[in-house]
Amino acid sequence: MLDVLLGSLGELISPSSAAYALAAIGLGIHFGYSGLLNFGQAGFMAIGAYGFAVFTSLVDPTATWGWPPLLSLLAATLVGVAASVVFALILGIPTLRLRGDYLAIVTIAAAEIVRYVARTQDLTDVTGGSQGIRGNQFKGDIQAVNDGFLDLPTGTWYTVVSWALVVVAIVVVWGIMRSPWGRVVKGIREDEDAVRSLGKNVYAYKMQALVLGGVMGAVAGILLVFPRSVQADGFATILTFNVWTALLLGGAATVLGPVLGGVLFWFLLSFVRGVIGELHTLGVFGSTTATQAGQLAFVFVGLALIALVVFRPQGVMGNKKELSFNV
Amino acid sequence: MEKTLRPARWWLAIPALLVALGIALSLGSTQASATPAPTDPTQAYQFQGIVRSDPQTPLAGVVIDATGADGFAGTATTGDDGRWSIPLPGPGDYTVTIDETTLPDGLAVNPEQVSRDFTIGTTSSQGVLFQIGEPGSFTAAPTPSEGGEAEETPSAGSSGPSFSLPQLGQRLFTGLNFGLLLALGAIGITLIFGTTGVNNFAHGEMLTFGALVFYTLTTSLGLPVWVSVLGVLLASAAFGWLHDAAIFKPLRRRRVGLVQVLIVTIGLSIALRYFFQFIFGGGAETAQVADTAVSFGAFNVRLSNIIGMVVCIVLLLGVAYFLTRTRLGKATRAVSDNASLAAASGIDVDRVIRIVWVLAGTLTGLSGILYTYFSGLSVRWDMGFTILLLLFASVTLGGLGSAFGALIGALIIGFATELSTFFLPPDLRFAVALVILILVLLLRPQGVLGRKERVG
Repeated sequence: MLDVLLGSLGELISPSSAAYALAAIGLGIHFGYSGLLNFGQAGFMAIGAYGFAVFTSLVDPTATWGWPPLLSLLAATLVGVAASVVFALILGIPTLRLRGDYLAIVTIAAAEIVRYVARTQDLTDVTGGSQGIRGNQFKGDIQAVNDGFLDLPTGTWYTVVSWALVVVAIVVVWGIMRSPWGRVVKGIREDEDAVRSLGKNVYAYKMQALVLGGVMGAVAGILLVFPRSVQADGFATILTFNVWTALLLGGAATVLGPVLGGVLFWFLLSFVRGVIGELHTLGVFGSTTATQAGQLAFVFVGLALIALVVFRPQGVMGNKKELSFNV
Repeated sequence: MEKTLRPARWWLAIPALLVALGIALSLGSTQASATPAPTDPTQAYQFQGIVRSDPQTPLAGVVIDATGADGFAGTATTGDDGRWSIPLPGPGDYTVTIDETTLPDGLAVNPEQVSRDFTIGTTSSQGVLFQIGEPGSFTAAPTPSEGGEAEETPSAGSSGPSFSLPQLGQRLFTGLNFGLLLALGAIGITLIFGTTGVNNFAHGEMLTFGALVFYTLTTSLGLPVWVSVLGVLLASAAFGWLHDAAIFKPLRRRRVGLVQVLIVTIGLSIALRYFFQFIFGGGAETAQVADTAVSFGAFNVRLSNIIGMVVCIVLLLGVAYFLTRTRLGKATRAVSDNASLAAASGIDVDRVIRIVWVLAGTLTGLSGILYTYFSGLSVRWDMGFTILLLLFASVTLGGLGSAFGALIGALIIGFATELSTFFLPPDLRFAVALVILILVLLLRPQGVLGRKERVG
């Protein structure tokens, strides 16, 4: 049992926790600060990851044009980010004028469209189809940057890069939410018509918030695939719902809440999984296979989401007055 | 927020819901675990698989390596039965490589599969298959063995994009069939949205519930089909009732905001879906029921499809009659229009909502049976979730809250998914439907039959 706890504590600072935290920060800008119901964060993450990986594996500026790895890395990231901006605009134009739950349905649908397109057989040359893109096809640059710079072990290097980006995102959110822009966006969350009557272009502000949070989602998607390969089914709707759970766990309209939520989510998920694994070896689940028993962990995610949103909607860190649940 | 209700009462109801489900479905689990997986269940984390050149010929003495990001390295050699497994220290990221030099002469591995990356996280035992054959004989076709979600393909009408008149007729028939069963499932969503304002994201699990109960009754218990259908109707009605009694009525009494309830339905969907997977496993099971093929000239259909379509049409007419002609149906529409006014004129709003939930559960459970037949008798733990967005697309197309609109929306989606296979790869069928959804919201946000006031 102690092993399980220690193993779960190791998840606290893993690159995956950082990716979840960053995705949750982005979602916090959407939902926590602006009141936008984005249920397609997995789509933004997929766009970022595929933009990055496809650009690196097909264009590969380091090999083709002899660019330095750092420049090539930044270019690939920029491709992922630019693609996510376009995606946010496409989603926002038809839906941001409509009631909140339309955005919810459209974003979840768009995220699934992205996944279907990424895994279709006809695009196997570009996206690898349902096999995805292998790690060694897009990790060359990030590893080359490490080699001449800090020479850290690969895992540590990913952790350092991921958490550095999370810190940047925290500073950005902290800064803009104290600025006039942040006050307008929070005003939209509280009462859209009131802000409109002050002469503000609500639609434009919502769009800016959608783009900003989506860009953070895209970068989170890139971080998520560094330690693994790019696979379309890794960006299914369950990823979006995991990020939502992380966000609500930490507290939606707070600066540090999403980070705490992302870290706690990974810790609790791997702890519950570990405990279930231990119980399974003790024979509690009868003839059920270990894999099947492991699925119970997600039943707990679902129940945790229900309990959180009903009993403590402000999360661990949040303030109950700053909630955007009633649109 | 004022707490008018003893929270403990309904909080306990959620586990109770799961326990009740467990009892209802436990018979299915004995079936699912009757075929033991070829793994050592005591090994927590491992890669495993069988290497063979064709289904009958296992290959012995093939070397497979696994390396981990944290420096782990493991090797396995296949036994006489071609089996191998590599135990792993724990979750993480690994690369699995097959040593091609250890294969018998004249055989090679699909070049795309020689070395692959896996992330061990949600599954503790990862199956790894290698496609083996003569060099140069490989196509880009992906292997379906890696835990990815299998695309459910209706056996009728997905044979590839070759346009001909009989093909067109066949696709139109399949599209109509699919559209009608979507309509049956979608009416529940639209009635619930109309009366309570809740977008129920757990609706797909109602459909899966119907299919799984049908599978349990027909295949695990061997009951006749008509008894099983009755059983499914009863179970689904009870399931719908339980949704309202255990979760949504207490939430209404607590005056929980609509967005919160929306997220509750998402949580419920996750919990139910993975609970189904816990009971039934992650693969597709085939229901053992008889079905007859019928052909009209170049047309090949199955008897169940025809019966299913007739059932859909009769039930949809029945719902239309209920909504427009009966007292209770009129009360339902009154609640949809304005719940406070309806309550003021003496309608018991809670009772109407309870009946709507039971009705929605029953119709959706039945559409689960029809979807089982439609997808070639295969049932999966997430079958409802994979078409949930199509159901939402149907109701949004028709106009949220409009029952008749849902029918039109569902038919559009049904035809669009099937006819798109003439121009696009079949695995993009569902994406097409979702693109149409977004386009309609762009051009006519209130839907085909919706009222503009709902857009707001």
